[in-house]
Amino acid sequence: MSGAKEIRSKIASIKSTQKITKAMQMVAASKMRRAQERMHSTRPYAEKIQNVISHLARAHPEYHHPFLAEREARRVGVIIVSTDRGLCGGLNINLFKQVITTMKHWHTDGIEIDLTLIGSKSNAFFKRLGGNVVATAVALGDTPSIVELIGTVKVMLDAYAEARIDRLYVACNTFINTMSQQPVMKQLIPLQGSEDKELESHWDYIYEPDSKPVMDALMIRYIESLVYQAVVENLACEQAARMVAMRSATDNAGNLIEELQLVYNKARQAAITQEISEIVGGAAAV
Amino acid sequence: MAMTLHVDIVSAEAEIFSGTVTMVFAPAEMGEVGIAPRHAPLLTRLKPGEVRVQQADGSEQSFFISGGMLEVQPHVVTVLADTAIRAHDLDEAAAVQAKERAERMLADKHADIDYAKAQAELAQSIAQLRAIQKLRHKR
Repeated sequence: MSGAKEIRSKIASIKSTQKITKAMQMVAASKMRRAQERMHSTRPYAEKIQNVISHLARAHPEYHHPFLAEREARRVGVIIVSTDRGLCGGLNINLFKQVITTMKHWHTDGIEIDLTLIGSKSNAFFKRLGGNVVATAVALGDTPSIVELIGTVKVMLDAYAEARIDRLYVACNTFINTMSQQPVMKQLIPLQGSEDKELESHWDYIYEPDSKPVMDALMIRYIESLVYQAVVENLACEQAARMVAMRSATDNAGNLIEELQLVYNKARQAAITQEISEIVGGAAAV
Repeated sequence: MAMTLHVDIVSAEAEIFSGTVTMVFAPAEMGEVGIAPRHAPLLTRLKPGEVRVQQADGSEQSFFISGGMLEVQPHVVTVLADTAIRAHDLDEAAAVQAKERAERMLADKHADIDYAKAQAELAQSIAQLRAIQKLRHKR
């Protein structure tokens, strides 16, 4: 009967694990909905600022911003957006895999790499592996605010302005739907504008006080908003990935319990049969 | 009919106001500006303060912003509001903090990434994930 007892306690422990994963699944589902809403609410700003920038590209400012100028890449900066917590399937691993592959190509081309890490998972990963990390931001929580990213982004923008890096990329997951998230690397600077030469007209803004500070401020905000969007989108991805991972964990626990229940029933039955046959055998002997 | 212009007030984290108005007042860096329809194209920074919009029925709505950018096209005004107080030295301090965090994290770092090691580790994790998925399918 000892076998049956062991199985019973195992079933109980799996059941409590299942309860936890089930709870995490439901929490992730509700957080995902909110993260998605947040993702959508960042869009108007990005669209508007993009409009302004495309107007600017068409106007003829007397000052050309360095963020628009292409230069030969000798050193590049990468902002890696990862999650703060684990238990979200292969989300971070897939992203790191893509980043590492790209970085390896750069490495063989003799391009050096500066890293900025957002999220503690990327911190842990690159701490173990090394790499030239210049800035980090961790523990952004479920409601990341742009304030927490200003410093991190500024480190990279300063590096670009001082020509310490020649290109800036952001690596994050994009939210396709609940079931699938795609890791991508996007180039932030130099800005890849869709300049239509034919649309060019000969007008310019009135800049107050001067074109340089105004454009500087605008470009910095633009890059920040892109990074912020990446962070918010990655958060939605995290919750979606966690929801899916936890759902399959719950399902697996259910299957395991079913199997163990069968084994338990068999063990119990065997014990009863043995007992009866012992009694019958004993009675026959008497 | 009175002339109107479209105004959008957005911040990085949310849309604040969008609608048709007759006049917009904003705290520009060089002093408060009032934008009426058919204003010349203008691009300026905003100071922390109040953005007011005057609607066609004469009513006024005001929003507090902590700085930002103002873009004016003849019939469209866009206010890109900041969500935080921005100042050069504040930004600088935030950047220094981010750097310090990185330094602290990397107190015992290796200089270069060992790509072979990284790929091996990733391959291992991916193999594990794939194995888990296969197991799941078998069930």
